[in-house]
Amino acid sequence: MTTQITPGPSRVHVRTTINGQAHEFLVPPYMSLLDTLREIVGLTGTKEGCLDGNCGACTVSLDGRIVDSCLVLGAEINGKSVETVEGMATANGLHPLQQAFLEEAALQCGICTPGFLVAAKGLLDNEPAPDEHRIRHWLAGNLCRCTGYDKIVRAVQKASAEMA
Amino acid sequence: MHPFAYEAPTTIDAAVALLDKHGDRARPIAGGTDVLVQARANRWDLDAIVDVKNIPELTEISHYPDGSVAIGAAVPCYQIYEDQKIRDNFPGIIDAVEMIGGIQIQSRAALGGNLCNSSPSADGICPLIAYNAVCHIAGPGGDDNHRDVAVEDFCTGPGSNVLARGEILVSVVLPNPGDNFGAAYERFIPRNEMDIAVAGAGVSVKLNAAGDKFEAARVALAAVAPVPLVVPAAEAALVGNSVSDDVIEAAAKAAGDAASPIADMRGTIDQRKHLSAVLTRRMINQAVARARG
Repeated sequence: MTTQITPGPSRVHVRTTINGQAHEFLVPPYMSLLDTLREIVGLTGTKEGCLDGNCGACTVSLDGRIVDSCLVLGAEINGKSVETVEGMATANGLHPLQQAFLEEAALQCGICTPGFLVAAKGLLDNEPAPDEHRIRHWLAGNLCRCTGYDKIVRAVQKASAEMA
Repeated sequence: MHPFAYEAPTTIDAAVALLDKHGDRARPIAGGTDVLVQARANRWDLDAIVDVKNIPELTEISHYPDGSVAIGAAVPCYQIYEDQKIRDNFPGIIDAVEMIGGIQIQSRAALGGNLCNSSPSADGICPLIAYNAVCHIAGPGGDDNHRDVAVEDFCTGPGSNVLARGEILVSVVLPNPGDNFGAAYERFIPRNEMDIAVAGAGVSVKLNAAGDKFEAARVALAAVAPVPLVVPAAEAALVGNSVSDDVIEAAAKAAGDAASPIADMRGTIDQRKHLSAVLTRRMINQAVARARG
């Protein structure tokens, strides 16, 4: 008896930079960037929420633009640069946004938090002093079912002030 | 989800060859914000995803000396709203690309993808119709098989369009709107952001030099018919008439009458017909304000 094996599509060779470090791996062509980060690269900080682009829990930065990693293929990041929540803290401590989220109690269950942090960093990296309206608009693609958003917005305002 | 291969051609011909080879078992992908969701929902069994973001013609915004602009089919929303010439000359397009999804979606989702997804509720299609935009389509057989289709003739039903096997949308071309022209798009959603239109209206007007008479008009409605709905009766109610509340109200009423929506979780038939009239009135006024500068 021989086992019948249905040939699947070939894996894709990817060379990429993740949180400043070079990575090289093979990825199934249909695998999302979210699953690629979690299951192949081993970075599980990026969370799965809705898996259809509504909740923003899986937000990462791709060549400096925030994206929902569930709606990107791992194969698409060849030659590109990805930043995840794991890249925010340094040897010197937490990123000011992470510290402000703790101090303002801007999280409860925490599933949405990595996405909010990466999205908020994407804002403050380009606009250091956004007003409240701008913060709320920018974070409209991130859903939180616990906090009611006010604490999150205050934390981003606090980090913005501390980074000034 | 059916396991698909990932192809990333760098020329239109290579993309067309792949799409022709696989037929309905392949889809082009720009931002992936619709295609990957639908692939996961098993809308199709795909053998290949054809990433078109490495093809120059599909990823560029080209401003021509005659004042027209070609927006590559894979250009994401953010590149459009960060383009100062498009902001200055085509603000009705900016209305749409700034409201599609959130920032994450705008980083990826393409205006051309919004068109090819061909949803009746698409925010990007009605403003393209208002600007009399034309689809530049490439197909199998080389240069002889390129064709142009007006955006208003592109969609054929919910999720379907005129693209035949092997064909690909290369760009949408917006002609120079000229002087005394204004266009605008607005939708109704019950939330502030991140929602699908209950109804939408894209309008353009061309006024006389004095700015008090309609010389031309386009009115297109979203989410109230199987395809983005052009309303000739509303256009006719404007053209040749003075800019007045009564004339605008007649056009708005014509839009409400023409809307033939379904009732679903987002809204009822009566609500959508009412919204069609309200949004049309508001967008005519907004387009007039922009035409007058």
